[in-house]
Amino acid sequence: MASAVILLLIVLAVLIGPYVWRVPINEIDFASKLDGPSWTHPLGTDDLGQDILARLLYGGRISLAVGLCAMLVAAIVGVMVGAIAGMSRGGIDAALMWLADLFLSLPQLPLLLLISYLFRDALTKLIGTQGGIFLIVVLVIGGLRWMQVARLVRAQILSIREKEFIEAARALGASSIRQVVRHILPNALGPVIVAGTIDVANAIIAESTLSFLGLGFPPDIPTWGRVLFDAKDTIDIAPHWAIFAGSAIFLTVLTINFIGDGLRDALDPRRVL
Amino acid sequence: MSRQYVIRRLLIAVPSLFGISIILFSVLALAPGDPFSEIAANPAIPPEVAASLRAKFGLDDPVYLRYLHWLAAMIHGDWGFSFASRIDVDRLIMQRLPTTIIVIGAAQLLAILVALPVGVLAGTRPYSIFDQIANTLAFVGFSLPTFFTGLLLILLFSVKLDWLPIVYSTDLSSTGWQWLWDEVKQSIMPVLVLGLFQGASLVRYVRSAVLDVVRLDYITTARSKGIGERAVISRHVVRTALIPVVTLVALQMPAVFGGAIVTEQIFRVPGIGSLLISAMLSNDTPVIMAVTFVLSCLVVLFNLIADILYGWLDPRISYR
Amino acid sequence: MAETLLEIRGLKTWFKTDDGMVRAVDGVDLHIDRGETVGVVGESGCGKTVTARSVLKLIDMPPGRFEDGSILWRGRDLIPLAADEMDKIRAREIAIVFQEPMTSLNPVYTVGDQIAEVLRQHQQLNRKQAIDAAVEMLRLVNIPNPGKRVHDYPHQFSGGMRQRVMIAMALSCKPKLLIADEPTTALDVTIQAQILELMQEMKEKLGMSIMLITHAMGVVAETCQRVVVMYAGKVVEEAPVEALFGNPRHPYTQGLIRSIPRVDRAAEQKQRLEAIAGTVPSLLEPPPGCRFAARCKFAMDVCTKAMPPLKEVGPGHFVRCVL
Repeated sequence: MASAVILLLIVLAVLIGPYVWRVPINEIDFASKLDGPSWTHPLGTDDLGQDILARLLYGGRISLAVGLCAMLVAAIVGVMVGAIAGMSRGGIDAALMWLADLFLSLPQLPLLLLISYLFRDALTKLIGTQGGIFLIVVLVIGGLRWMQVARLVRAQILSIREKEFIEAARALGASSIRQVVRHILPNALGPVIVAGTIDVANAIIAESTLSFLGLGFPPDIPTWGRVLFDAKDTIDIAPHWAIFAGSAIFLTVLTINFIGDGLRDALDPRRVL
Repeated sequence: MSRQYVIRRLLIAVPSLFGISIILFSVLALAPGDPFSEIAANPAIPPEVAASLRAKFGLDDPVYLRYLHWLAAMIHGDWGFSFASRIDVDRLIMQRLPTTIIVIGAAQLLAILVALPVGVLAGTRPYSIFDQIANTLAFVGFSLPTFFTGLLLILLFSVKLDWLPIVYSTDLSSTGWQWLWDEVKQSIMPVLVLGLFQGASLVRYVRSAVLDVVRLDYITTARSKGIGERAVISRHVVRTALIPVVTLVALQMPAVFGGAIVTEQIFRVPGIGSLLISAMLSNDTPVIMAVTFVLSCLVVLFNLIADILYGWLDPRISYR
Repeated sequence: MAETLLEIRGLKTWFKTDDGMVRAVDGVDLHIDRGETVGVVGESGCGKTVTARSVLKLIDMPPGRFEDGSILWRGRDLIPLAADEMDKIRAREIAIVFQEPMTSLNPVYTVGDQIAEVLRQHQQLNRKQAIDAAVEMLRLVNIPNPGKRVHDYPHQFSGGMRQRVMIAMALSCKPKLLIADEPTTALDVTIQAQILELMQEMKEKLGMSIMLITHAMGVVAETCQRVVVMYAGKVVEEAPVEALFGNPRHPYTQGLIRSIPRVDRAAEQKQRLEAIAGTVPSLLEPPPGCRFAARCKFAMDVCTKAMPPLKEVGPGHFVRCVL
């Protein structure tokens, strides 16, 4: 689909771009500040004369990395919790599901803000500003999205358990568990992948939002949200700055959403003729 | 709907509240450093207030005692003193809460008013031109981050066209109809941004719910009664499709609050969202804790409302 | 002279799918006169439900379409009829009861409201009058304590009770024809008998005709005056009930009758239960000749070449077979 192509282009651009377009991201040049698009600066410059294209390409890596890692955190935690809940019964299952419901009630952005506020300084001292923020964002966002994945995995396990249980009674005890696990993961993979794409999109927006509020990555790291934060005050005289930054986020999220939707249709076709 | 059902849902809500408060408090307790270092450093805070704050948050007691103290304080509405704004936190929050609720409420209303008819129409004519356009617009809608849409709207309506004010002001000098008109003009953009974002994802859910319901047996039965397609859709399809949609709207409230924080920042609406941000920027810990707590309570409240609405709309549930 | 109420002529209801055109009903002729119960039998997938739903135009028209034929109700062709005209016929003149009582009622409205809905649509009643009438209908179908039960929701009724409610709803406007699409298939055997008895009672009270769709030959033998046997989208035999059971002419009908488990004979003679070998042909690309040819013991060369026409072999007895 067209979305996959566009997304691939964006990913490629972000990965390879900085090597091709060798304009430094922080070359300050007051003479050409807030210029619109031109040949030397295809997306224009910001208020310090820095090249927007270079900044967006560089910052894109971080935004995408955050999205991917947060999704992985959510997926790993979700699969583990879901597997444990589905395999055990009664108490543990009920407790885990209650925990999942609890976590579902937590408002994502306020909690992200709170944790970032409380832990940022300490983590910065430990692993530097970039690492600190990265860890916080990835862990919090991933930590608030594992619930859906856990539910899906648990549902898969429960449904398969009913079927395989009879055979398991005949087969050896230990191998049945392994069989169950081996049968479940491929089946559960579908919905988990779909949930994963939504998580990536969600994580990118969450990180951008954090940066946009000025509470994310430090100012010298041009994540897309941060660029928008810088751009918003001069939007009347230099709209290109904000528009390009915002469009980058928009296009990436849009293509991810389309892909996720396409995947969902492919894996679970609901044909209405 | 049975009273038992309502009471049962209420009883379930209480442990949730406890759970959330424990999580919030643990986050606070685990945080390294002294979030109250500002208190000591700030000369403007009288030492008695500083001491009482330390006592309230029980910074010198073992963890579980601190939690209980804090919880008791929260429940009593004794939320401390904001050093940035120099008034009691609960007064501060009460000043700002209504604005947030009004904006969020209006946005949700807008979202529902738009999403319901569009979603029903799209669901009853799947894969038609209307459906495809609606779907695409919906995707665009919820892929656009609220801060971007907000900025774009400001660019268009305030900067280029100068129709709407950029800054939201709590004391408008006008009165009567002019006041109402001014109020609408300044609220319309934040409400629009929030509402359209919510509406976009809602459209897809409504459409999906309608698609699920329309193929069910009792819809064919309804058609066989000769009541006309419009009555079939409005009385039977919509009514039953509404059930999952309503719960979804209530369950999405946590995310809406997040969106509200952003919109309040952009449009400088003086609600609790922007309060949270400014408190973070000025290291005003009591305010941060209180606002997060209030937001979490609101979330639990909306979950409860969702449960009750669900029980009201679906008779199979509450009669158990 | 019996008045013909419903006459289906050459009906072809086809469905467009990704794999091609499914010819669910492929040229069916059927008629129902006043006061008679006509059984429509055949195995799953033979087109009987589609035929029934076609009469009330309850088929989803994007995938489905009326390729050919006419459905005459009291002389008027229903197929080209506009939606609002069709709505006047639904429930008021022709009513339908479906197979699955568990899912055929809307779970969020009371039983009384759902019956009242039909009444208020076709008669000028206010809500109270309609609910009172609904109570009477519930009483008519032998639901105990109807005054209280009218305010209950469908999930508070058992399967058999729900089917009675469906019947009450269908008959509330005293239609002239009741189409019953496998009304008892989803119910216990004892309840089955009750429901059939109820339908018979209603028929006599209201002077109704019934189109009874079923795959149970025993039910047909007990309740119907005439029987239409369908196979793979076409009618293969039509006869008065005694003639059908006494002298079945089509090999498929013979197979159907022979496959009824017999309590009397089997125990003594240890007879095997007879099944008809093979499966129903695909409705996507039906074979050019007789559709039963592949499973028929008497099949001849000519059977596979051309579709045999319906020929009269006795008074009111038609067979589509070369034998």
